[in-house]
Amino acid sequence: MSSVEMIESPAMADSRRAMEVCNACRYCEGFCAVFPAMELHRDFAAGDLSYLANLCHGCKGCYYACQYAPPHEFGINVARSFALLRQESYAEHAWPAPLGRAFARNGLVTSLAMAGGIALVLLLTFLLQSPGTIFGVLPVTPGAGFYLIIPKAVMTLTALAAGLFAVLAMGMGLASYWRASGTRGWSVKDLRQACKDAASLRYLGGNGHGCNDKDGSFSTTRRHLHHLMAYGFLLCFAATSVGAFEDLILGWPAPYPLLSLPVLLGLAGGIGIIFGCAGLLWVKLQADQEPQARELLGADAGLLLLLLLIAATGLLLLALRGTSAQGVTLCVHLGLVLGFFVTMPYSKFVHGLYRFAALLRNAREQREAG
Amino acid sequence: MDQKALRYDIVVIGGGNAALTAALEARLAGASVLVLEHAPKAMRGGNSRHTRNIRAMHAAPTSVLTESYLEDEYWDDLLRVTGGQTDEALARLTIRATQEALPFMARCGVKFQPSLTGTLSLSRTNAFFLGGGKALLNAYYAAAEALGVEVLYDTQVTEVAIDGRRVRRLKVVCKGFPLEVTGKVVIAASGGFQANIEWLKQAWGPQAENFLIRGTPYAQGRVLRNLLDQGIASVGDPTQCHAVAIDGRAPKFDGGIATRLDCVPFSIVVNKHGQRFYNEGEDVWPKRYAIWGRLVAQQPDQVAYSIIDSQAEKLFMPSVFPAIKADSIAALAEKLGLEPAALEATVAAYNAACVPGDFYSSRLDGVHTQGLEPPKTNWARPILQAPFIGYPLRPGITFTYLGVKVNERAEVIMQDGGVMENLYASGEIMAGSILGKGYLAGFGMAIGTVFGRIAGKEAARNVQR
Repeated sequence: MSSVEMIESPAMADSRRAMEVCNACRYCEGFCAVFPAMELHRDFAAGDLSYLANLCHGCKGCYYACQYAPPHEFGINVARSFALLRQESYAEHAWPAPLGRAFARNGLVTSLAMAGGIALVLLLTFLLQSPGTIFGVLPVTPGAGFYLIIPKAVMTLTALAAGLFAVLAMGMGLASYWRASGTRGWSVKDLRQACKDAASLRYLGGNGHGCNDKDGSFSTTRRHLHHLMAYGFLLCFAATSVGAFEDLILGWPAPYPLLSLPVLLGLAGGIGIIFGCAGLLWVKLQADQEPQARELLGADAGLLLLLLLIAATGLLLLALRGTSAQGVTLCVHLGLVLGFFVTMPYSKFVHGLYRFAALLRNAREQREAG
Repeated sequence: MDQKALRYDIVVIGGGNAALTAALEARLAGASVLVLEHAPKAMRGGNSRHTRNIRAMHAAPTSVLTESYLEDEYWDDLLRVTGGQTDEALARLTIRATQEALPFMARCGVKFQPSLTGTLSLSRTNAFFLGGGKALLNAYYAAAEALGVEVLYDTQVTEVAIDGRRVRRLKVVCKGFPLEVTGKVVIAASGGFQANIEWLKQAWGPQAENFLIRGTPYAQGRVLRNLLDQGIASVGDPTQCHAVAIDGRAPKFDGGIATRLDCVPFSIVVNKHGQRFYNEGEDVWPKRYAIWGRLVAQQPDQVAYSIIDSQAEKLFMPSVFPAIKADSIAALAEKLGLEPAALEATVAAYNAACVPGDFYSSRLDGVHTQGLEPPKTNWARPILQAPFIGYPLRPGITFTYLGVKVNERAEVIMQDGGVMENLYASGEIMAGSILGKGYLAGFGMAIGTVFGRIAGKEAARNVQR
């Protein structure tokens, strides 16, 4: 036994107290997965609370319905307590650990500074090397164009390295969370259920009643905006993958014409991301701040802004192809993409992974509970 | 504030379910409506904010109710809990009108929970609001504001000025400032007096000081008192209130549902002297919890302690406050502030009296004591296995029965039998006519919704006359 006792964080203590009140009340069990999951427990270990916090989609239904919400002396605000606990779980399980601590709070500044810095470095590098190339009007012919600005090998290797790092770091983080939060013993059926719940955002008001996006009234705005953004992101990822495959495997070099698969996928995805991210930012800033964690606004807005900028510069790049602005736009776009990949494991991006792990445990527990 | 602005067709006193349904119906009929809510916005809604469901008659399954629940069965249920202290005409009117209540609620934006898990099995008779009563109120307030109903929060009505058979004006205190409000018609939906400790003391004596109030602190009964003092006829026993045993650590007001304790049938309950005083295993808890408020209120200092051992720890819903645990009965007694020797003697006598049998927590198992006074007739298993666990109990007051008399149009009746020309009532302030005794889950909301709607419609018709 250690003589120094682990002191629980305020978010953890708050969440435990909230769950003890909620478990004696249970009025909110119709809103989402959190309350039925809570009802399977009488006592809440740290791992259980971390699991419940990540199962929470932040729909805020329970806040507006709560007879014990502030100014009641119990002061229950599950949406806020769980948002803070989620952030702690991201920071706690981040790999390598010191980076997790650095990113635990200041998401907006960190993401933007890193992305902007990378863009600037790229820009300066190529400015110094050959100003003629970067500001030149380049032909939009396969194999030329982009690669005259940034050599193909540099682009490919940098992207690969950044991508692999992000996957490794997030994989390590997720594995650590997975162990700590008790995501085990699941079946293929549970996996299918979790995929369905995640893909449909079932618990963001997906059962038909909607959620409390901005105030006590119900809407499905946030759910639809999140779909736009997330599926837009997947389309862009598909565009990049198809492009890489055509270029590197099939030997059809980029850039591609407007009516090609990579460009059409990227175009649709980019538009989705722009509307989705802008809408989500707008909802977040418009919404009642009480059930939100004000201190996490930077981290939340940071990711949305970064995605928005990536999509916007990507579309801009398409529009400016073959003009003298192409070089600068390409550098900024790729700088932002690079920044995104590097900061990804320490940004709100990881919420998708943690929530999926929580949905998987929930699917298993609910199946076992019958 | 502009005095002229405070003249409305209809003024509704109160801010809970019965007030809002009245305001909505009146506004839908075209009247200008002002709602006067005593509580601040964050705590609006009276006792409705602590409710969860409405008991509704239905002939066939609906999206939120299973099977059917017809008028006669509903009436039988009411007759059983009230022991006949009800008005059959008003009761049957209420029961029948609950059929149309659910579609009205849905039109106003109220959302229901599809079906219910957990310990209550009311999915046939009661429709559950998604998120409970506060979510229901949020929907009603949003609908009312969208229709142009005006709401003043932090506004207490201090006097209803009656002249003959007409209400002339209302004296109110709005955010600390006195005001006069005039309505062509007034609807009183301001609840009972259960949060008025001084008034409770008149019926219960000084022991009422130790009662906890499960609901809103704003149910002061000021309007009710004022009306009864001016010749309005009363209904319901003025000394009676619905009292259950709740966790003794609950807040003085607004503790709501979470402070309930369901451990009594699996425990022995002792008073501050460590003595048992009633058969804890008389019947299943849903049929007995309402008598335990009174039982605890009759004990010295209005406090009692429910004692279990670790075998019973998980047989009931989790408590909102932590269980008080100790490794011996004497140590538990110390923690609860009881005399250790007295509690040890009581537990020993109980354990010795327990007749072995097959214990089943989910039904009357007949496991009883022999030669013990008072006996325990079910779930009487010896208290042996550490850790030993205790919970303090206090009386928790839910609502009072005294109210004003109304007719089937929600018009308020005077002591001389005359009918008030422009005063209507809905909700707890008149519920004593129909629920004169006992309690039926979701029936308070049924009365409030049905009579709120009647009062709103009739008041609007009155304005147009």
